[in-house]
Amino acid sequence: MTLKALAQSLGITLKYLFSKPVTVPYPDAPVALKPRFHGRHVLTRHPNGLEKCIGCSLCAAACPAYAIYVEPAENDPENPVSAGERYAKVYEINMLRCIFCGLCEEACPTGAIVLGYDFEMADYEYSDLIYGKEDMLVDVVGTKPQRREAKITGKPVKPGYVVPYVRPELEGFKAPTEGGKK
Amino acid sequence: MNPYPVDPYWMVALKALLVVVGLLIAFAFMTLIERRLLARFQVRMGPNRVGPSGLLQPVADAIKSIFKEDLVVERADKVLFVLAPLIGVVFALLAFGVIPFGPPGSFFGYQPWVLNLDLGLLYLFAVSEMAIYGIFLAGWASGSKYSLLGSLRSSASLISYELGLGIALLSPVLLVGSLNLNDIVNWQKENGWLVLYAFPAFLLYAIAALAEAARTPFDLPEAEQELVGGYHTEYSSIKWALFQMTEYIHFITASALIPTLFLGGWTMPFLEVPYLWMFLKIAFFLFLFIWIRATWFRLRYDQLLRLGWGFLFPVALVWFLVTALVVALDLPRSYLLYLSLAAFLVLLGAILYSPKSARKAPKGLSKGGGA
Repeated sequence: MTLKALAQSLGITLKYLFSKPVTVPYPDAPVALKPRFHGRHVLTRHPNGLEKCIGCSLCAAACPAYAIYVEPAENDPENPVSAGERYAKVYEINMLRCIFCGLCEEACPTGAIVLGYDFEMADYEYSDLIYGKEDMLVDVVGTKPQRREAKITGKPVKPGYVVPYVRPELEGFKAPTEGGKK
Repeated sequence: MNPYPVDPYWMVALKALLVVVGLLIAFAFMTLIERRLLARFQVRMGPNRVGPSGLLQPVADAIKSIFKEDLVVERADKVLFVLAPLIGVVFALLAFGVIPFGPPGSFFGYQPWVLNLDLGLLYLFAVSEMAIYGIFLAGWASGSKYSLLGSLRSSASLISYELGLGIALLSPVLLVGSLNLNDIVNWQKENGWLVLYAFPAFLLYAIAALAEAARTPFDLPEAEQELVGGYHTEYSSIKWALFQMTEYIHFITASALIPTLFLGGWTMPFLEVPYLWMFLKIAFFLFLFIWIRATWFRLRYDQLLRLGWGFLFPVALVWFLVTALVVALDLPRSYLLYLSLAAFLVLLGAILYSPKSARKAPKGLSKGGGA
């Protein structure tokens, strides 16, 4: 330890005083997420609007946390819901059990279930943490508590994240991207 | 005898109240400013949740510390336990009154100081060193090992730096020929700042002031890593807040005293705005001390003692003798200017000179290694 070192150290700290804090002021400013972040699941659709999910339950089989419940049903040929023979009549994910490992996404033969970006899912009741199809289809914006709050306040859902780009697997999913609104 | 105008008693009382309230508010906001600045030094943001950009944080802290549970330890000496923080804060508050903030009559026609004592400097030190009683009694009355160790450290370090500090202050006092802070400021107005005449004394006093305010390089009375909380380990609630208050008021007083003694006080060559310069100088030293806290490490207990006895004391003594020689033989005061310059150059040289490291770093690792 020398006087020189002491003086130099003062210079170093002074330099940092004038640098920008690295803090992400999260609820005030969005968190920058990576494009392959594992967040709330998204059930994607084909470009023609049909659901990709064919109700095969492979995701449920692959799920290490037993978080997925699928109840398939036959498609009405006149008015199909999905692109296959069957579709998922009930598709539920228990977000309390889910470990966001993404194995369901890997198991899915049609690329129907993809992990998205929403992570603000904290809620008051167990039952509210079981997400159904109506909570996960691509056109849904935000999580259950976020949408509930938006309904009460009348303001649009404000996601707490921003991504550089939306990865192609999340076909049709709208997320706030860096440099440019949505 | 006293050439300075004297205020009526009601005005003195009013100003005393103003100083006390001002110091308490300054304390409250210094906690916030210090936390924010430390955060920025550490590339964080600091407390910014309460009120607009965290400005109401002191209010929240005050409410919290008043309403927290106020514990009195079973084995504590009950009377002294309560008395100790009060002693600390009262004597800390008393010290500030003698510091002048402007020329006579600049406070709405009254004097910009509370007290004008011929023994101003002596009074200030007598009173601010009384605060050590608060610390020591707190440690003793707590009935706890850590508290006692913390207060013992306080007392031991006090003895080691106080001699150097006191003797360092003698050289400006000798030059001016008065202990009155107004005289000291006026002398500087006529002859130039005392830092030019007594640079080593300024340096020593600045170092010792850090120790007196128990600030970072010398904050071992409350070294959290070693002593839990130091002398206030057993204190909670408002009593703990009073200790913090004591410490910050010492800190503010020291930051006000250094410019008063060495940097011309409220005066400024060329552009004289009484209050502004004083506040700016105080702010500069407050910032400097926070900067040091953000940068340097705490000295070990024995290192502080060695610094106090082995460096502060002898250097202060030598400078005091040099000044005494100049004054006694009535040599031109400009000798001291040259000697101060020489001392400054020695310091500069010591900063720029880097001895070859005893431990040789392996090749390739030497770059970017511990600066």
